[in-house]
Amino acid sequence: MKTHFSNLKNGIVSIIEYFGGLTLLLFRTIFWTFAPPLRGKRIIKQANKIGANAVFIIFLIAGFTGMVLALQTAYQMRKIGSEIYIASLVSISMARELGPVFTALVVAGRTGAAITAEIGTMKVTEQIDALETLAVNPIKYLVVPRFLASLLVVPLLTIYADFIGILGGGLIGIYKLGIGRNLYFRMAFQPMVYKDFFSGLVKAFVFAGIISMVGCYEGFRTKGGAEGVGKATTASVVISFILIIAADCLFTAIFYFIFP
Amino acid sequence: MIKIKNLCKSFGEHLVLNNLNLDIKRGETMVIIGRSGCGKSVLLKHIVRILNPDSGEIFINGENIINLDRKKLSELRMKIGVLFQGGALFDSLTVGENVGFLLLEHSKKSRREIFKKYVQEKLAMVGLAGIEDLRPAELSGGMKKRVGLARAICANPELILYDEPTTGIDPIMAAVINDLIRKLHSQLKVTSIAVTHDIKSAYKIADRIAMLYQGKIIETGTSQEIKNSSNAIIQQFIKGEKEGPIK
Ligand SMILES: Nc1ncnc2c1ncn2[C@@H]1O[C@H](COP(=O)(O)OP(=O)(O)OP(=O)(O)O)[C@@H](O)[C@H]1O
Ligand SMILES: [Mg+2]
Repeated sequence: MKTHFSNLKNGIVSIIEYFGGLTLLLFRTIFWTFAPPLRGKRIIKQANKIGANAVFIIFLIAGFTGMVLALQTAYQMRKIGSEIYIASLVSISMARELGPVFTALVVAGRTGAAITAEIGTMKVTEQIDALETLAVNPIKYLVVPRFLASLLVVPLLTIYADFIGILGGGLIGIYKLGIGRNLYFRMAFQPMVYKDFFSGLVKAFVFAGIISMVGCYEGFRTKGGAEGVGKATTASVVISFILIIAADCLFTAIFYFIFP
Repeated sequence: MIKIKNLCKSFGEHLVLNNLNLDIKRGETMVIIGRSGCGKSVLLKHIVRILNPDSGEIFINGENIINLDRKKLSELRMKIGVLFQGGALFDSLTVGENVGFLLLEHSKKSRREIFKKYVQEKLAMVGLAGIEDLRPAELSGGMKKRVGLARAICANPELILYDEPTTGIDPIMAAVINDLIRKLHSQLKVTSIAVTHDIKSAYKIADRIAMLYQGKIIETGTSQEIKNSSNAIIQQFIKGEKEGPIK
């Protein structure tokens, strides 16, 4: 009984510590973002990596998701003869929810893991120590470019995913269900108001922050050689996934209640 | 130049440095010897403040570096060259960018000038001229170490810390490195602290030798004095005997 209780207590303490550390890293990153000089080249390099990693997978995932959405709703809508609304349903689901979440999961699984593996390896081979002895701040040098690149690229990838999803849905809607092409795209974009699009983008920014912060934080915490790097990389992906879904839930609720 | 006072450091329960005291004079080469795992690397890392002590003080040029603010610490670090035990080269950069890292990051000199005036010369000094475009992954262990050494001395530091400069290097190259350390000492008057368990190399490069044992410096002296020491622990260590006070 007592050990259960103290296990629970230790668990809660370590979760609080984890979030404390993560928040501290975020504040430090923001501080170093505004400390000159800002090296554009490093940000571009990271942004390229994130983008190149994700473009094709997002094309597949968003495309298929759009198609599945269209088919599933067709199954329902056909009963009440309103297949025409499939277009709006696909576009709004993509923009508000699926575009940002799927993009974030793909980027977390690839880039987030890669960030942790890279920084974790630097940690266990003393490269981080070496940076410090060469009078370079590791947060400025390693975290800031990855943070800014994520904030730049994840929202762009999200917009791209939205469009691919709508196209995927269109493939089903137009060629399978016989909705006219013009009608489909009009029904897709017309009801999508500023708010739908905007709420998806806000999520994308938050997810980008989560992925880069968790990726870097896990990297810096890495201990114990190659095995440690493997563990940290797994932890980075798992924790990013959980935080992304939790944040998604939170922001969906906020947008639902505050901007109904 | 460096004064270490009552330095204590433990990791969890494990006490590594226990009230360690050590003085190093300007321009001398101090070699710290001791068994594997006794805390030599940990001690070096305190001198550049990569590790923070639990208690104790470290003075460099009369200034207690434990209380330095970020900017002052940065300035101090630029005057110290560090060779890490494993080289610690940056995988994502070329050899040349590694060697010139400090200057590329902090000086206003152009990349071309840094490569021409510093990087190529330093690589030649460690016997690796012309490899600046290779990646660290393409080098052998000993080559990495020597590139690490070139990086440590690239910006002409006042103080150099060597963590095992000759381990993992063939005997002939080890002699070259020992020579280089002597040369930096005699020509450029740098202060050096080298950590090693290679006792032969210690005799060659040291002005003074200090032995680290159970978290303390148990004796310091010139190579001769250490050789003739009456301390059984030191005798066992330098002769490499299985039986003795060290278990
Ligand atoms: N970051 C750390 N966390 C926990 N323990 C550590 C850490 N760094 C060093 N230690 C412990 O401190 C002790 C001294 O380590 P150190 O690396 O200084 O040994 P060393 O004298 O340099 O040995 P070697 O000659 O093999 O390099 C070891 O027992 C090691 O386990
Ligand atoms: Mg060591």
